[in-house]
Amino acid sequence: MNPSAFRLLAIALPGLLFSPVHAADWLQFRGPYGAGVADASETTVPVTFSPASVAWKVPLPGRGLSSPIVIADHVIVTCSSGPDQDRLHVFAIHAATGKVRWERRFRATGRTMTHSKTNVAAPTPCSDGSLIFALFSTNDLFCLDLEGNLRWLRGLTYDYPNASNSLGLASSPLIADNTLVVQSENDSESFVAGLSPGDGSNRWLKPRRKAANWTSALTLGGEVTTVALQSTSGILGIAPSTGSELWEYRDGASTIPSAALEGVTLYVPSFGMTALRSEGTTVKKIWRNEQARPKTSSPVAWKGQIYFPEGGVVTALQADTGERLWKTRVQGDFSASPVIANGHLYLFSESGTAFAIPVGPDLKEPSVAGQMELGEPVLCTPAISGGAIYVRSDAHLWKLATPSS
Amino acid sequence: MSPRFVLCLLLCTGSLPAAIDEPLKKILEVGREGNGNASAAEGLAALSASTLDDLPVLIKALATANPLAGNYIRAAIDTLVDRETTAGRSLPLAPLADILLDPGVGDQPRSLAFDLIRRASPKAAERMIPGFLSDPNTELRRLAVENLIQTARDTETSGLKDDATLLYGQASAAARDVDQIRSLADILAKRGQPVDIPRRMGFLMHWDIIGPFDNTALQGFAKAYPPESEWKADAVYSGKSGEVRWQPLVTSDSYGKVDFNPPFGMLKETTAYARTTFLSDRDQAVELRLGCKNAWKIWVNGQLLFGRDEYHRGQRIDQYILPTKFRTGPNVILVKCCQNEQTQDWTVQWEFQLRVCDQTGNAILATDRPPTPKPQEARRRPAPTQ
Repeated sequence: MNPSAFRLLAIALPGLLFSPVHAADWLQFRGPYGAGVADASETTVPVTFSPASVAWKVPLPGRGLSSPIVIADHVIVTCSSGPDQDRLHVFAIHAATGKVRWERRFRATGRTMTHSKTNVAAPTPCSDGSLIFALFSTNDLFCLDLEGNLRWLRGLTYDYPNASNSLGLASSPLIADNTLVVQSENDSESFVAGLSPGDGSNRWLKPRRKAANWTSALTLGGEVTTVALQSTSGILGIAPSTGSELWEYRDGASTIPSAALEGVTLYVPSFGMTALRSEGTTVKKIWRNEQARPKTSSPVAWKGQIYFPEGGVVTALQADTGERLWKTRVQGDFSASPVIANGHLYLFSESGTAFAIPVGPDLKEPSVAGQMELGEPVLCTPAISGGAIYVRSDAHLWKLATPSS
Repeated sequence: MSPRFVLCLLLCTGSLPAAIDEPLKKILEVGREGNGNASAAEGLAALSASTLDDLPVLIKALATANPLAGNYIRAAIDTLVDRETTAGRSLPLAPLADILLDPGVGDQPRSLAFDLIRRASPKAAERMIPGFLSDPNTELRRLAVENLIQTARDTETSGLKDDATLLYGQASAAARDVDQIRSLADILAKRGQPVDIPRRMGFLMHWDIIGPFDNTALQGFAKAYPPESEWKADAVYSGKSGEVRWQPLVTSDSYGKVDFNPPFGMLKETTAYARTTFLSDRDQAVELRLGCKNAWKIWVNGQLLFGRDEYHRGQRIDQYILPTKFRTGPNVILVKCCQNEQTQDWTVQWEFQLRVCDQTGNAILATDRPPTPKPQEARRRPAPTQ
């Protein structure tokens, strides 16, 4: 075992021993650590599609851009409805059957205005494996248990009246070091907060640059658990339990696609793509490729390669140099970010086409292996769990799985 | 003695409301920044023993709940309804109807009562909708207007165009939501029945404006220029690039947009003020409803209501709803509107739109409101040079 792998195991082991998290859980935006890569045990995720791949689809009462998350056999998804999007919904769906376990309905306490392409249900919920933290663009935050019991709530715009964005907020929360990290970064009352998962109280609240930001934070392992906050200023590494600053990359970064992550290396949409390695209390720039420019979808990194879709083309970069490896054509525009599972890159176009493309260090010029039309717009990043792909379109939550024989 | 038996005993003796009152009290005390969350969660857990008999009490509690407490109560109701309906019990339609049909219990309880009736008996709910056309609850009223619009469409499809126009007119008079007012105004205008939208919605059209003052590096938002502290109609102040003085501005925009670009030029990093007086026939609660994609502040009778320093993230009618009070007689409204440094096409706008209405969105008009200015062709950007 190499030293860095040993370090990662040492950090992860206590959590693995004591947390209710299952290997197949997908607990936040882009899954484990926010990296967009499924557990290696996910070897039955379908790589080709047919109508029989649709295990079930569940109608939703409103739109959303949030991804589903999966906790054991609960699939959690949010949406909003009503002419002003002020009705907020949190659903728990039974993963095996698609039956609604429970639905909780709330009313927005913050501003509901968004750009027409996005929606009040834009941030993806997160979970520690037993509690669900569902955040909305209105800055309404609900903590529920797996049975649907509300444990606590916050109205962050109710608390901080200028914390809103008239185009909508989208940053997804995460749990790190037993702290719920929530961003509300906007042009006016801009902040990131660390909340107690137990009662929602502020552990710390840190003002952020007054600038709109739709990116989501990532959790870096290593010797010091670090949450990387991306913004127009760059990347700030903080200690999640205190909010204290560990390091900062100040060259600036995109405010829409979030960075990719592999180990402790970030691949940041910044002057094209810039690779940064977190080294505890410092950060080191590794390379920059100004030609590689993800615009909406976030890149994903896996086994030494980086992938992202843009303008009908999927691009692969060499992760240790930033050099372009290949490009392959896929039809459509993409808002959803790609994820990796079972040796394939999964993409969903805005018009609702699912793609599975084989990827990996041994593949030079991959082509699409699986493709299927869902027939509805998809702007959400899929979740992978238990051999299935969970994705939400404008009107449904879908489970795509290998048909049982 | 089992808890279930105790619960039955409480139900029989009618003493359960007290058991609900205490948990509800804990929930109603929840406040900002997570204060009261722990106690509210205890209250919520205590409500897990509630039954469908308690549903009306819980629903009515929404009337006095702050928005956060309201969501705790909604969660309690969802949990209760799930549990009871899963056990095969039906929702009590009669008490729900009592709440729905009593405007005195407030909007939130009535909306929720209707939602529950719709879940329990969709057809009955559908049949009730036409009765909400004049309802003070805008959610219920919206459904009735939508229903009437569909009836008008069906009427037109059957060849009765004049009848349809009457129905569209009735829907227009009842509508309170902006999207319905707009679409109905378009339909009626095409039928030769233009709607006076500024009057219908209560947009303020007559202003005095002054500017430009400086907003370099966005510093003007926080800086208090003289119009914030005094009113002198003939005052002359030092502005961003010379002397500035008050001048009248009458907008003829159908949706009340007050555009600073035509009088001041296509400026950047500037601040301007608009001032108007609203003559109220009585002391009354009103809502100022603002749309603005620039940074702004609003004062009423010298008191700052709110301010927001966001630039060019979007604008819509009723974007910001600001409850306030007007006194009998003249009420002075002062709006500060700041433009930033951005130069993209979509950052040209330097404007706001403001209307006065009640909490249902119904226009409140000044007693001396002048006739609506006739629409003129507005040129909001300079003609391109050859």
